[in-house]
Amino acid sequence: MLTFIVRRSLGTVLVLFVITVLVFIIFFKTPGVDPARAIAGRNSSPQILAEIRAQFGLNRPLPVQYALMMKSLFISRNLVSYSNQGVLVVPEIGAAAPATLSLVFGAAVIWVVVAIAMGVAAAKFRGTLLDPLLMILALIGISAPVFWVGQVANLISQGGLHSTPLFSWVPALGYTSFTQSPVLWFKGLVIPWITLSILYIGFYARVLRANLLEIQNEDYVRTARAKGLRERRVLLRHTLRNSMVTFVSLFGLDFGALVGGGAILTEVVFNIHGVGFLTYQALTNLDLPTIIATVVFGAFFIVLASALVDLGYAWLDPRVRPA
Amino acid sequence: MAEPLLEVRDLKVSFRTEDGTVNAVDGVSLEVAPGETLGIVGESGSGKSVTMMSVMRLINDPNASFEGEVIYKGRDLMTLSQDQIRDIRGSGIAMIFQDPMTSLNPVYRVGWQIEEQIRAHEKVSKQAARARAIELLGAVGIPHPAQRVDDYQHQFSGGMRQRVMIAMAVSCSPDLLIADEPTTALDVTIQAQILALIKKLRDDFGTAVILISHDMGVVADIADRVAVMYAGRVVEQGSLRGLFYDAQHPYTWGLLGSIARLDRPRPRRLTAIRGLPPSLIRLPEGCAFGPRCPYRFDRCAEVPLLTDKLGDGHLDACHLDPEQKKERRDRAIRPDLTARQDLAVPQDLSPEGAEQ
Amino acid sequence: MATLLEQVELSAELRPAIAGRNPWALAGRRLRRNRMALAALGLFLLIVVLSLLAPWYARDVAHVNPLVPNLNGTTVVGGKVVPVMQQGGGSLHLGETPIGPTGDLHHYFLGADLVGRDVAALLLYGGRSSLQIGISSAVICCAVATLVALVAGFFGGLVDTVLSRIMDIIWAFPVFLLAISISTELLTARSGGIQVGPVHVNAASLWLPTAIIAFIYLPYVYRPIRGQVLSVVNKEFVEAAIAQGASNLRLIFSEILPNVVSTVIVFLPLMIATNIILESSLSFLSIGVQPPNVSWGTIISDGQDLLYSRPWVSMSAGIMIVLTVLALNVLGDGVRDALDPRAKLRVEG
Repeated sequence: MLTFIVRRSLGTVLVLFVITVLVFIIFFKTPGVDPARAIAGRNSSPQILAEIRAQFGLNRPLPVQYALMMKSLFISRNLVSYSNQGVLVVPEIGAAAPATLSLVFGAAVIWVVVAIAMGVAAAKFRGTLLDPLLMILALIGISAPVFWVGQVANLISQGGLHSTPLFSWVPALGYTSFTQSPVLWFKGLVIPWITLSILYIGFYARVLRANLLEIQNEDYVRTARAKGLRERRVLLRHTLRNSMVTFVSLFGLDFGALVGGGAILTEVVFNIHGVGFLTYQALTNLDLPTIIATVVFGAFFIVLASALVDLGYAWLDPRVRPA
Repeated sequence: MAEPLLEVRDLKVSFRTEDGTVNAVDGVSLEVAPGETLGIVGESGSGKSVTMMSVMRLINDPNASFEGEVIYKGRDLMTLSQDQIRDIRGSGIAMIFQDPMTSLNPVYRVGWQIEEQIRAHEKVSKQAARARAIELLGAVGIPHPAQRVDDYQHQFSGGMRQRVMIAMAVSCSPDLLIADEPTTALDVTIQAQILALIKKLRDDFGTAVILISHDMGVVADIADRVAVMYAGRVVEQGSLRGLFYDAQHPYTWGLLGSIARLDRPRPRRLTAIRGLPPSLIRLPEGCAFGPRCPYRFDRCAEVPLLTDKLGDGHLDACHLDPEQKKERRDRAIRPDLTARQDLAVPQDLSPEGAEQ
Repeated sequence: MATLLEQVELSAELRPAIAGRNPWALAGRRLRRNRMALAALGLFLLIVVLSLLAPWYARDVAHVNPLVPNLNGTTVVGGKVVPVMQQGGGSLHLGETPIGPTGDLHHYFLGADLVGRDVAALLLYGGRSSLQIGISSAVICCAVATLVALVAGFFGGLVDTVLSRIMDIIWAFPVFLLAISISTELLTARSGGIQVGPVHVNAASLWLPTAIIAFIYLPYVYRPIRGQVLSVVNKEFVEAAIAQGASNLRLIFSEILPNVVSTVIVFLPLMIATNIILESSLSFLSIGVQPPNVSWGTIISDGQDLLYSRPWVSMSAGIMIVLTVLALNVLGDGVRDALDPRAKLRVEG
């Protein structure tokens, strides 16, 4: 088991390295673009340009440039956002992280529970009306862009129906940290949670249902029935348990992707100042340093999540464990 | 015979498909007495597996329809509720399947899976169930059962997995064990071991066995009585000796004639049954074997019923009368000896002599 | 029993009963029987046709040029001449609310947006962009991925390793972040456009988002197709073709490709749907389709400010996306079911 972990860790490090190289190539080596000017953004004075060139060693050999980029990201963390009055980017990301984590965790809990319920129900009640009904709901869930669903949610809860008792509890758009006011934190996140989870519920319910139906035809499920086990036990202990392997690996990747910056659309629509929102502001201002940082940290998070998923996979599926 | 343990009466199973209705089982009647071993032989698509799966009510296809009765200990299994049939599965009637590589759940330990079955039917503690699982693994010939009880199925070879399956199947001392091609996926040496194991358990516990196979050699090794199925129907049924030495149906002759044998002079070629199995959607009129039968005559346009022509418990579904059959059978099974007119039943060829 | 000759003749007699059928014909028949999939296909084609008719609608029915702001314009509502932007706010039209839906196809059917453009006409033009990007990026992505997969799977060895590693690297970079990175970087490029060798690409060209989206999803399509290619390459009929002296080119395109094509066909509707959503997300964030072009995503983004007063701007574009993607998903499911060999035992309807 230890060699497995070591090998997987080395692989992860390699992938992280490759990602940083790609980031470097994209942002510093795109043909026809002067990186110093791009980083300085709109406020480029000759003095700032010189500063940037020095910080990133743009006149020095390639590997040095790469190393300097990495240094300003991870070691000295003095990457500065020129478009944003010289704010230090890395600490800014750290400050924005709790909002994103709150959003994604809450949504994840909802989506896992509901998706499993829907998938199992659809598979169990296959042949009745419930199955196609659930699947159509799931289909609509994956067909609606999440930012638009957020707008619809806002239209309803902040607009016309805001004064009705149904939605009067919804606070103004924005994020309140948990330490500031747990109640407000919760109230402000409920609708974003539901919005974000709709897309994933749709996807996972469908995947789970398809997986369950496929596993129902496996020989070992037939054996379980032939043993005289209750149908519910066969469904949960044998069928569902085996489909968890796929479910968890997909979940890990999506969860990581969300935290890593995929929640950007939801954060924008609900005015939640998390890492995604930060990225969005950087986009509209073409604030390259912030984008570089959010992309790198986001990617790191995703890759780590994927490595954790692999470990979880080994725990769920004994066949994968090294002998 | 005395009260049969299991009696299948005119079972019909059909499936709706986009090409039409598939009549997988077309009026099958079988019986197994307590402690008896029935062998069912037939090619792929003859309906043997579907028949046994239907007995256990393991067919969940919404496009399937069933007719007929399956009487077990006085009750018709086809009319029982889900709870009632669940009770019988695993404890009254147990089943093992063809492919041991995929028949066990890959994410649970094998001991756990055996214990699961025991505790589903009997109120015993976890420790007691585990002890019994270890005992069963030992009984089926798995070395170091106390350690291997905690292994996963991928840590066993194919033959071992089949042994585990057998252990699991007999864990609740069933009255009847249905074995659906248990050795087909294994190589020949393991095959012999598994058959020996089944025989031993059968003899120790008095379990009745239904063994399905397409291999007549396997059936000859273990069965007391044999039924031959073709195109969803039983075409011949009789005692082991009766079937092998006094076969009454042209299909059976074809099966016997196509076996290479070591104890006879080598024929120039093995006889193959010409043609192909019929489509189960468009069964031929009259006798299902008719299109392939070299002895077909005008009466074969009428479906032959499975009857006992000579009153000796040997049933067959063929319109030919017994006299005509003898002559044709010899030619069918022993084409190299058809020159010898004085041969009726080949007596000098049975290894155990001619004692009845 | 029968002689060998008689046996062959008898088999010939029995042959009509077991004639083989072309799997494509079978799939086509299954698809035709799937009413939901056909309805979805119909809906999708309807949306495509409507979008293609955008210029005609704008010019001949609504009499507007929807891509140009129309702050001072007027239109006719219920017989009366009405300014497009209401509640005068001076020459800069600040704080004004554009008119809402009129229900009149000839006059601002869905109302106007923040700069006075006809939303209905805008919607159709947006459809053109979104569909063009979605469809062409999906086609390009599938075509390139298939080609690379064929080469990698067929030649194996070093070629396969190198190509697959490249794909792994692209995939290692999270999809959305990669899209953001590349799009942003290209936007900071000279606003005059980008020089790719001899080809000059206009900065606002739709081909930029198309290329980016196609590139990003390459590994996603590549992996399963390469898997298919690998499983086909080892089959006996390929060996037989080699024994007949077939050239590599012929092997790839005549033996392997036809067996892999069904997987690609299943991917197409799903990739179009995915790409439409990705494009709308990027456009919503302002890094997708650039002005003066519009897409459904930019319309939703533009409608954000009018969300509570004139919801139809954003809502209409969103509904179009939902309908299109829904239709594609249903169609994709139908195509997959039709081509799935295990569908044989399923009864349709």
